[in-house]
Amino acid sequence: MTEQGVGASLLRKEDDRFLRGRGQYVADIRLPGMKDVAFVRSPLAHARIAGIRIPDANRDRIYVAADLEGVKPIVAVSGLAGFKVSEQPVLAFEKVRQVGELLAVCVGASRAEAEDLAASVELDLDELPALHDMIAARKPGAALVHEHWGDNVFLETFVDVNMEAAYDAPIKVTREISTARQSMAPMEGRGTVAVWDKRMEQLVLHTGSQMPHIVRTGLAECLGLGQEQVRIVSPDVGGGFGYKGILLPEDICLAFLAMKLDHPVRWIEDRREHLTAGANCREHHYIITGYADRDGKLRGIECEATVDSGAYSSYPFSACLEAAQVASILPGPYDFPSYRCRTWSVATNKCPILPYRGVARTGVCYALELVLDAIAREAGIEPHEVRLKNLVQPEQMPFDNITRKHFDSGDYPEALQRAMAAIDLEGIRARQRQGEPDGRLIGIGHSIYCEQGAHGTSVYAGWGIPMVPGHEQATARMTPDGGLEIRVGVHSHGQSMETTLPQVAHEILGIDTAKIKLVHGDTEYTPYSTGSWGSRCAVMAGGAVATAAREVAGLAKGIGAHLLQADVADVKLVDGHVVGPSGSVSLETVAFTWYRRPQDLPASVDPRGLESTIGYKPVRDSGTFSYAAHAVVVAVDPEMGDIEILDYVIVEDGGKLINPMVVDGQIYGGLAQGIGTALYEEMNFDASGQPLASTFADYLLPGPTEVPAPRLDHMETLAPYTEFGVKGIGEGGAIAPPAAIGNAVNDALKGFGAELLRSPMTPRRVLEAIQSAKQSKEVLEMTQGEMA
Amino acid sequence: MKPVNFDYARPADVGAALALLADDTLAVKIMAGGQSLGPMLNMRLVQPDLLVDIAGIEELKQVTDRPDEIVFGACITHADIEDRRVPDVTRGALPSVANGIAYRAVRNRGTVGGSLTHADPSADWISILSAVGARVTLRGPAGNRTIAVEDYMLGALEADLRPGEMLVSVTVPKLGRSARWGYYKSCRKTGEFAHAIGAFLSDPERGVSRVVIGATESRPIVVTDAQHLIGDGRAERLDRVFDSHAAAEAIAAAGMADPIDRQTHVVALRRAIERAYSA
Repeated sequence: MTEQGVGASLLRKEDDRFLRGRGQYVADIRLPGMKDVAFVRSPLAHARIAGIRIPDANRDRIYVAADLEGVKPIVAVSGLAGFKVSEQPVLAFEKVRQVGELLAVCVGASRAEAEDLAASVELDLDELPALHDMIAARKPGAALVHEHWGDNVFLETFVDVNMEAAYDAPIKVTREISTARQSMAPMEGRGTVAVWDKRMEQLVLHTGSQMPHIVRTGLAECLGLGQEQVRIVSPDVGGGFGYKGILLPEDICLAFLAMKLDHPVRWIEDRREHLTAGANCREHHYIITGYADRDGKLRGIECEATVDSGAYSSYPFSACLEAAQVASILPGPYDFPSYRCRTWSVATNKCPILPYRGVARTGVCYALELVLDAIAREAGIEPHEVRLKNLVQPEQMPFDNITRKHFDSGDYPEALQRAMAAIDLEGIRARQRQGEPDGRLIGIGHSIYCEQGAHGTSVYAGWGIPMVPGHEQATARMTPDGGLEIRVGVHSHGQSMETTLPQVAHEILGIDTAKIKLVHGDTEYTPYSTGSWGSRCAVMAGGAVATAAREVAGLAKGIGAHLLQADVADVKLVDGHVVGPSGSVSLETVAFTWYRRPQDLPASVDPRGLESTIGYKPVRDSGTFSYAAHAVVVAVDPEMGDIEILDYVIVEDGGKLINPMVVDGQIYGGLAQGIGTALYEEMNFDASGQPLASTFADYLLPGPTEVPAPRLDHMETLAPYTEFGVKGIGEGGAIAPPAAIGNAVNDALKGFGAELLRSPMTPRRVLEAIQSAKQSKEVLEMTQGEMA
Repeated sequence: MKPVNFDYARPADVGAALALLADDTLAVKIMAGGQSLGPMLNMRLVQPDLLVDIAGIEELKQVTDRPDEIVFGACITHADIEDRRVPDVTRGALPSVANGIAYRAVRNRGTVGGSLTHADPSADWISILSAVGARVTLRGPAGNRTIAVEDYMLGALEADLRPGEMLVSVTVPKLGRSARWGYYKSCRKTGEFAHAIGAFLSDPERGVSRVVIGATESRPIVVTDAQHLIGDGRAERLDRVFDSHAAAEAIAAAGMADPIDRQTHVVALRRAIERAYSA
């Protein structure tokens, strides 16, 4: 390791502009003549559109579906058998299927004026019965979101591996477990500035996007444009977390307006739009049974999982993103012989469900890990003993599990044992026996998961969605003064790639990272990429940058060898110098010669110069498997229901860490979001499908005082198939906290015989769990009394 | 989320403000610190023709120290009280509660008068000021009138303001030397609105024994003679004489139907009393 290379905790290059307030976000863009857009959105969850009345005076500034000539709806089909296709209209016609759906778009000199225009539109809507409960929506006779389907199921999947062999297990625990609908709530919402570039004859869309190239493809297809006619610029982005991977109807409206009108237009999503109309994720429901022997050895898992997919299949991840994954990832890092899982992706009258950090895994981890603790209570053994009996062992690696997931490497029992030692299980058990002076109840809990990252072509081809990652490409290009430009199609919005990818290039070329510039976020300047999602950038873009840098190193050695009058086979690249048998030449000189003094080079010089665009794929594309054990101590107030986190430990294995400080930052951020899922965040709906949280006063996010400083420990089991042994870790911090905290809460409540099986674990739910346990105890005592 | 067009006025004195309020052809809204009104304007929950910004009126920022009470203007901020720029006459009750309101940025601008007039049941001032027996003074076309702070709040987001009236000052009695107070609020997270508030004042020298159960659906439950709940104030430890069953009955009688809400409010009150001894 050098001071700047792979493994160095280099300070973030991008922080210089961020910390000085010089970031440039979509809302900072000011174009001459730009006007603001506001939307007329459906106030109802499900209704027939009988009429939209626009005052004559405003008719030329307001557009409805009939005005969008030639614009196609958004369609995201999955290739999985039985998938039912939805068409998400850009502006609704005939009917609306969710609150917030777009009905008209208004163009004003300011956003306030555009909102005045929107307020002048009168809607005539005939309300239909709204589906807000996914279990009810699955049942025959329910109202239909898409009439021609005949039911409300986007996709049903089923997998069975020898399930019945587990049915004679002595321990059988069944639990109904669910997670709330959430909103991703990045600090910056969505936003788009669209303009038609007359000289380039090109639509330019400035929009905060995790995947600019995919947005370009989807947008061009909806608008019937050639892809060369569309340029996506994604500037600084204030958090994506999945929401900014989606092609929105709003984007298409803005693009349409930019082409129709003679001026730029912009839309900056406000927080009410964000919470109620766009950014929905996470809502899962499980009925799950664990079968085990008396010693805690798992015999099998049986599950029915339902995901509320909302009204439409969104582009590009489709409506089955969550539920279809549940079946394959539910077994987690455990080795057991029998498995059955049925899943439903259900259409309801809510916003489409979108990916959010930890996609599907957060809910799966919560369901499985809560059941494992229930098994431990049933068997009368410590929960971590149950896990140690069932975790995949290091000597089994690489390991193909029951759903044929290929675990590349790792030592899961070691991670768990380190976490239990750090949290001091025995000390906490002693403290529990003693009791707390303030009457609170202490609980200890943990969870462990695996995070498949950077999974590639073979995985996504099987899924058959509009986007399948292939080779990830990068461009590396030396500049005439000996610096380096790296161009990548992924986008950095918190991942710190403006620092870490230069570290990768530095590792190979030895160029000072201060002279290495990452170019990203513009389809005009970067190679095609599916973008930043699925914990893939360190592995895929990192691998691509390493590969391109190696190509440039080879080219530089060729020029250097000529200047040293040595055979290319006899030169090496060391610390930014081409070193030969009798002298050396700096990369600055090599670059200067290629660009500025070509007369010094022979005719036979390699014409590729000092530039390479090349693709990369890991040796196997089934994904890297990073993992972590989380352990937590909580104090539960049995009178108020409040939960306080007293201690939090994370033992994580992300393979080789390109920049350990950046990895720690990813874990802290993920943990904060995981605590949000566990304790605070919830988007509720009333019986008519109205979302009940439209501000952060109602949708609670954890703040600085709610997020403890966790104690982190790293393991570094190198990935066998990737450059440097790197694994994807971007999402893991958000996966395990609800399960670990949930288990700790249930540990605290076990004296009552109470269990809490729904997130977020709010004070009211804690008190209800205690109350219902007390009631069932009373009923039991009464019955026993009568029998006696 | 941008407000509708409105006119803006920043009168220099209360008289000028009242003159602006007198025009009943306009929807007029008073703004003090703007910490609640700002978001409501942005969300177009409030669509005024005229916004009267009273933050520049000197009289509303004045403090008058009288022998047995202190009077402060409606535009005194939470931070003014937290930082004791308004002298404390409550044995620390008001500064302590001010310190727990929302976040410092909100406390720098938000005003006591604005909070009371906004009349959110889960806010802090309505509960603690009711506990210490504060009064508010309103001025309108008919002159001044002064009422108990708990009577100023008619219900959720509804204050007893007559046409053309505005809140000008708050009067807080000086507590006796043996007075004891306590305050406890339960919030989901730091700085958020409360889900349950308990507050009490026991001032035997002045013969005052008051209990407040706040953060209800509507007005706080104020027991102005609370001897049956906390005794006459002469007991060594009030928490040992506290009657939680009687408190639960008082809460039920006030119409709180949900048993979990009743439980958390009783506990909040008990903890408010316990806290008087834990510091």
